[in-house]
Amino acid sequence: MAVVRKLTAAVALAFAASGANAQVSDGVVKIGVLSDMSSLYSDIGGPGSVVAARMAVEDFGAAKKGMKVEVLSADHQNKPDVGSSIARQWYDVDKVDAIFDVPTSSVALAVNEITREKGKAFIISGAASSDLTGKACSPNSVHWTYDTWMLANGTGSAIVKTGGDSWFFVTADYAFGLALERDTEAVVLKNGGKVLGKVRHPLNSQDFSSFLLQAQASKAKVIGLANAGGDTTNAIKQAAEFGITSRGQSLAGMLVFISDIHGLGLDKAQGLIFTETFYWDLNDQTRAFAKRFAAQNKGKYPTMVQAGVYASTLHYLKAVEAAKTDDGTKVVAKMKELPTDDPLFGKGRIRADGRALHPAYLVEVKKPAESKGPYDYYKVRATIPMDQAFRPEKDGGCSLVK
Amino acid sequence: MTEIFGVPTQALFGQLLIGLINGSFYALLSLGLAVIFGLLNIINFTHGAQYMMGAFCGYLLLNKAGLGYWWALILTPLIVGAFGALIERTMLKQLYKLDHLYGLLLTFGLALIIQGVFRNEYGSSGQPYPIPKELQGGTNLGFMFLPMYRAWVIVASLIVCFGTWFLIEKTKLGSYLRAATENPQLVQAFGINVPRMITLTYGFGVALAALAGVMAAPIYQVSPQMGADIIIVVFAVVVIGGMGSIMGSIVTGFALGIAEGLTKVFYPEASNTVIFIIMALVLMVKPAGLFGTQK
Repeated sequence: MAVVRKLTAAVALAFAASGANAQVSDGVVKIGVLSDMSSLYSDIGGPGSVVAARMAVEDFGAAKKGMKVEVLSADHQNKPDVGSSIARQWYDVDKVDAIFDVPTSSVALAVNEITREKGKAFIISGAASSDLTGKACSPNSVHWTYDTWMLANGTGSAIVKTGGDSWFFVTADYAFGLALERDTEAVVLKNGGKVLGKVRHPLNSQDFSSFLLQAQASKAKVIGLANAGGDTTNAIKQAAEFGITSRGQSLAGMLVFISDIHGLGLDKAQGLIFTETFYWDLNDQTRAFAKRFAAQNKGKYPTMVQAGVYASTLHYLKAVEAAKTDDGTKVVAKMKELPTDDPLFGKGRIRADGRALHPAYLVEVKKPAESKGPYDYYKVRATIPMDQAFRPEKDGGCSLVK
Repeated sequence: MTEIFGVPTQALFGQLLIGLINGSFYALLSLGLAVIFGLLNIINFTHGAQYMMGAFCGYLLLNKAGLGYWWALILTPLIVGAFGALIERTMLKQLYKLDHLYGLLLTFGLALIIQGVFRNEYGSSGQPYPIPKELQGGTNLGFMFLPMYRAWVIVASLIVCFGTWFLIEKTKLGSYLRAATENPQLVQAFGINVPRMITLTYGFGVALAALAGVMAAPIYQVSPQMGADIIIVVFAVVVIGGMGSIMGSIVTGFALGIAEGLTKVFYPEASNTVIFIIMALVLMVKPAGLFGTQK
């Protein structure tokens, strides 16, 4: 069923002014948002990521600058083979210059290789595997929003330090889950905790009771959920049903998005602690963005992945403007050279290995009584500065780091 | 503590019970499919979408009309069943004379459309649905904590499954139905309205799916793809049990739930595939399925 939905939308149809865009291939910068448009991650990235990319093109003022930018989108269905064939078609036939977002690490790792081979640009927001800036790092990729190391480090060390020193992992059995489990385990061990066991479930499972029962039998203090989206929400919901949380074990959602909390409801999600790099209620700029975004996204507030697509698109376009070309390798080099500065993630920079640096936030989900209404969900417990939030450059094993 | 293959027996009991709970859903869903296939010869690929509609119908009744779980349990099968009857009357009816494949394509297409509409409206994260007050909490069985709601699911599903089996295999109405599928002209000659009976049968099969949807709502997130996830497994259940065999689908549903539960202990990575391995093995030995008869 390879139904590839393709919405093509000409966003800024300004007449290309002569001169400035002489180096831009076929006179137009084409951005492809490749995401999960129809399945478990589509509220995390999906159509909202397309909205975010379009907003960035608008806010960049492409039309006024005489730059022609087009946004395309497609559904990779969380399948590496589907994602790869779309990426190839986009690069070879449709003349796409850069691919954005790509949740699901296994798909992102495949697109990462194709992008390198074709000399284009790959700006990752939705995928999590820290290998994208580690052993799979590429001169054509930037990893913007978050990664498994950062989640493990933020959430894992905070929990171990407050007494949660024995862990059991419930892990999604694919590239992302395994990377998240590996990175979290390292953090737990480093902080003096221990791992009592782990169980790996297939992606997109409905019933977690069996896995949760195994976790319960392990007597671990903390059950680490190394999964995402519907898998995480189902696990949290069923953990409450089986009385796991009320009997002294606590859950650590290693990757939780605001859309998951919205779906679960605060009564089930309250007290969860996890790490995000964006929350809409941080300052006036993020609030203004979230309101505008929600108006175009059926009232749904942005997740950090969608915010990441916005910010990274903005920075990409700045780099295209500065480099006066849309050649993938040159633009990514320019992106690393220019400091990053946008209303959502603040000031930062991009390292040689492709990792974008910005602060991360350790958040706790509010109790129902503390929330003023929909999307008022988090208390920010700590801000992790950008030089501590991500894996040190030398530890990743990236060949681009000298 | 005694162990079997390195797994404590206590944990094993827990897993068996959980397998039985999941098996309840497989049995309820495959039962509806078996009724529709056995009596109407339609391979109903919309079944998963109708299960999802059941869950959403319960959700909407609660949030828009303020009607709780018990009302939903009664109203949802009626509403979604009526929707099914409408599909039968307007679309499926045209296809009876054609090959099975056309019915399959039509229902598959409908399933994609229905899922798309719900996804467009509600997104993919799922909607919460609370466990009814009467069934909250649970009991400690010693080897595991059994939530009340899950116990209710097993009991309710057993009652519905055997009630349906009794209705079709043992009552006069059931015998009319079975006769109508064997020889519609003859049954019509006895003054029985066969087309209406077929519409109602399809509606009944769909109502079973919707009922399973309402029962699933408090356990899983109410999400547009919940049906797509489970329907493939349920088809495997029906094939293993024997297409159209009612008792076959019930027994196989529960048995495969247990097989899957055990796989989650011994080799969890394969828990999504084990049912298909069993299906392949059964088809090699008994192509008509365990309870099916070769026609």
